[in-house]
Amino acid sequence: MSWTPAEPMVSLKDVHKSFGTLKVLNGVSLDVMKGDVICIIGPSGSGKSTLIRCVNALNDIQQGSILVEGQEVNDPNLDKLELRKKVGMVFQQYNLFPHKTALQNVMMAPVRVLKQDKAKAEATARALLKKVRLEGKEGAYPGELSGGQQQRVAIARSLAMQPDVMLFDEVTAALDPETVGEVLQTIKDLAEEGMTCILVTHEMAFAREVADHIYFTDRGIIVEHGPPETFFKNAQDPRTREFLSQIL
Amino acid sequence: MSYKTDLPVMKPFKPREPEPLLGFRPWHIVVIALLVFFGPSLAFAQAGVPLLTPFAVLLDWVPLLLQGFIFNLAISFLAMALGTALGTLLGLGQISLSRATRGVSWFLTQFFRNAPWLVLLFFAMFLLPFEINLLGVSIPFPDWFKAILGLSLPVMANVSEIVRGAVRSLPSGQWEAAESLAYSRRQTLWLIILPQCVKRMLPPWMNLYSILTMATVLASIVGVSEVMTLTGQALAAEGGRPELLAPFYGFVLLLFFAYCYPIARFTVRLERKFAVIN
Amino acid sequence: MDVIFEWFRVLYDETGINLPFLYDAYDRNRMVDGFFTTIRLSLVCLFFSVLIGVVGAWLQGSSFKWTRRIVNGYIQLFRNTPPLVQLYFFYFAIGTMLPTVENDWGGQSPILGSFAWAAISLSFFAGAFNVEIFRSGIEAVPKSTVEAAEALGFSRLQIYRDVTLPLAFRVVLPALNNNLVNLVKTTTLAYAIAVPEMLYEANQIWSDNVNVTEMMIFLLLAYFVLVGILVGGMNRWERAMRIPGFG
Repeated sequence: MSWTPAEPMVSLKDVHKSFGTLKVLNGVSLDVMKGDVICIIGPSGSGKSTLIRCVNALNDIQQGSILVEGQEVNDPNLDKLELRKKVGMVFQQYNLFPHKTALQNVMMAPVRVLKQDKAKAEATARALLKKVRLEGKEGAYPGELSGGQQQRVAIARSLAMQPDVMLFDEVTAALDPETVGEVLQTIKDLAEEGMTCILVTHEMAFAREVADHIYFTDRGIIVEHGPPETFFKNAQDPRTREFLSQIL
Repeated sequence: MSYKTDLPVMKPFKPREPEPLLGFRPWHIVVIALLVFFGPSLAFAQAGVPLLTPFAVLLDWVPLLLQGFIFNLAISFLAMALGTALGTLLGLGQISLSRATRGVSWFLTQFFRNAPWLVLLFFAMFLLPFEINLLGVSIPFPDWFKAILGLSLPVMANVSEIVRGAVRSLPSGQWEAAESLAYSRRQTLWLIILPQCVKRMLPPWMNLYSILTMATVLASIVGVSEVMTLTGQALAAEGGRPELLAPFYGFVLLLFFAYCYPIARFTVRLERKFAVIN
Repeated sequence: MDVIFEWFRVLYDETGINLPFLYDAYDRNRMVDGFFTTIRLSLVCLFFSVLIGVVGAWLQGSSFKWTRRIVNGYIQLFRNTPPLVQLYFFYFAIGTMLPTVENDWGGQSPILGSFAWAAISLSFFAGAFNVEIFRSGIEAVPKSTVEAAEALGFSRLQIYRDVTLPLAFRVVLPALNNNLVNLVKTTTLAYAIAVPEMLYEANQIWSDNVNVTEMMIFLLLAYFVLVGILVGGMNRWERAMRIPGFG
């Protein structure tokens, strides 16, 4: 790969995506540099989730280009394993494997996919669970954990693959209000360590605090974007302003 | 955005009902059935002996076989009626307040549920007398009657479980509400609980009926002249020609399929309807 | 042991309760053979019916219309016709069409014996139910869980093996066990084509000894205990496989 950290780590150019006749993305372009934290906000159904699901090829696109560290995602011969080693993803509904303990959930992909040595994977997994402040919960099954705890296991599970960029798809939307904070704190810690993050979120205060750049999407296009200070104080487009006035 | 922590980790599991024969037109089934049942016998027919074709032979016997099949259905109706009556009592016994009644009912239910139908049929055939003397009048117990008794035993045990399961599935609030309105236990059961249970019991009960209908052929093993026995006799009367076996047994299969498949479809429809209402 | 066996002979002499399969070595062997034939037939059918279930469930997800139709046709046909007639159809109708082989005595005997036909017929019968059971289990695994595995870089096969199947298996276990218990009870049908299983051997014994009552009661108890042990074992297995904090 000819990619260097001087180029964008994730680069979308004129991405189009539709489900049948329904157009979801209508020419989206954005760049994410290494170490950037970007937040994508917008009304429901504006294509935010689809956008980041396309980045790790969970959804395919019809037109345009998505480069992750120089690797083209919109390619029929895409090496999905190579892509997914670089891109970690956390979902709204955690999607832990219910039949595995927290520790096994975190260890499973490194052992199965990366063929890591079990002892090494276990040591890494324990360290990651400690990092997301779940020490002592290694042996618990997902069904025995709260939503916030499950979501932090899910974050640790993604981190175990040592990704270069993390995708967060409305990860607090399904949580109890009192557990939202612990998950956001975990993401904030990650961001401060320099992890490249792309977040889809409804937590405006959080977006303002951690994001380097905010993108506002509506009906499949990016309406407006900018650094948080200017974006929140000085939105130009009437659609952005209407959305912000409703949500803030 | 609604907040909800205990997201279902798995979707609810419901044993999947078989799909209807989607897209199958009647002629598809006819063609497949003809191929399966008569295709093989063409191989024999090529021997060139000027015998009647297997199909023509079968046609001669169809009226008799149909009579036999109607006898099967009669056995199934009576065994179902008897088994349902006994099973309801046994099921109510399983939810009785008396510990002893509960225990005995539970044991009888498990005993007859665990026993294979064929063994129960043998049991009824060999251990019941061929007649009983009641006040000097001897009432004969023909084989078909014993078969009905034998088949009603497993039906009874399964109905008992269906009743118990349906009563258990009702929210306890129903009992409490009735109690607070000063209904007696018996009134609660007959006026409040059981009427609500009927809907829940209907689909498994129909399923059981279908199983029972298919079990009536077991009576042939113990010598009742139902459709399977008659088929055997017809085959023997035709001199045991091997090319007749597939059409004859295939015809019996089709008879049962034509009767049981619509029942199964109807059961699925009922289940869906009740699932929506509940 | 012999003392106990002899006690039953005394019991017969004193009370007329005749249990020859306990005191008579020949009848005892017949009963033991019958018992093991029942077990063997159950195990063989269990294996093949589960195999048919897995393969059928996989074929039912096929994108070819006719593959799905044929699987559905198979399921409906075997679920809605009497297993005994299926057995006769296999054994008599298909069995007579197959070539024969020369046996040890120089005569001709069918290529497949009654045990084999009973195993084939009952496997197809129980398999028709297993297809539906497995299919619904696979469908109960949420797409999002599969997606999470996909996002972690698991291959299709790995997802099927590590996520879908273990989850589906736990979900279907009660229904599967119920079907397998029914299968064991259905093996008695093999009596009809003279497979020497428990019912058949019991019948032989009561024909020789004219002790139908004793044999009948023994048979009922034997099946009650056999199926009871099976149900108990399956329930324990289900409990052991339960995922904590769920279901």
